[in-house]
Amino acid sequence: MNWESPAAFFAMGGYGLYVWGSFGVCALLMIAEPILASKRRKDILRSLRRERIAENLDQQ
Amino acid sequence: MNNKIINWFKYASPQSFYPLAGKMIPWFWALAAIFGGIGLWITFFAAPTDFQQGEGYRIIFIHVPAAWMSMFIYIVMAGWAALGLALNTRLSGMMAQALAPTGAIMAFLSLWTGAFWGKPMWGAWWVWDARLTSALILFFLYIGFIALQAAIDDPRRADKAGAILALVGVVNVPIIYFSVKWWNTLHQGASVSLTKAPTMAATMLWGMLIMALAFWMYSIAVALTRVRAIILEREAHTEWVKELPEVKGTGQ
Repeated sequence: MNWESPAAFFAMGGYGLYVWGSFGVCALLMIAEPILASKRRKDILRSLRRERIAENLDQQ
Repeated sequence: MNNKIINWFKYASPQSFYPLAGKMIPWFWALAAIFGGIGLWITFFAAPTDFQQGEGYRIIFIHVPAAWMSMFIYIVMAGWAALGLALNTRLSGMMAQALAPTGAIMAFLSLWTGAFWGKPMWGAWWVWDARLTSALILFFLYIGFIALQAAIDDPRRADKAGAILALVGVVNVPIIYFSVKWWNTLHQGASVSLTKAPTMAATMLWGMLIMALAFWMYSIAVALTRVRAIILEREAHTEWVKELPEVKGTGQ
């Protein structure tokens, strides 16, 4: 363990802006991308289900 | 041998790949989380302070995996595109399309983290250097591929046009990789090379490799998630999609 305190950890030896700027954006994109990808599937599933209901109504 | 060939063709159809991908996704997420956890622990706690760059060098643990993935995903994407052109298989174009946004994100991350590393170490966010410029071109190639496919309404024609762009763009990948050798650049040489012993401390090397594995697993998981959406979009009017439990409303 090379950190004396949590503050030292966040300061990153004076490189805090650069280290957290890199890791922060990386984390943000890697959280957003899977959410968007699974939302895309949920959206198409919803419209497929609607189509199915509409087809069933037509038949009745 | 025979079995292998049969399996290949079986899973090359969207209909059988869709449920298979669905089963694989949680495993890749689990592996991504495990490797990511270990990798981050090494990044911030196990890896020692660098004697030249202090704590700033820790950016390497995401910069290098992102840059590797951006090149590797491009090659895989172009491979799927080529397969689609040659064999006219439906799944190939969908795979290429599913990989492009993930590759673009990796290319963006390599540029972004590179800028945040370059600023404190070189004194500049950006320089028009061979490595940086060719990596920027890779990002533009991904954007071009996505935009071109989005601009063509017929998916089969979009696949063909995209495939040609992807294949022409492959020439850029070796340029990126060898740019640090061929030209005098500000960017340092390869961190890991097949021909030379690694020049970095073992802990740092392991951290980087484990983070690279985490990025791999992440990319596979997210690309499979996206390809499932693309399969449903493109096969919306087929019988098998209408018979899916998640469409009938009887399952997830």
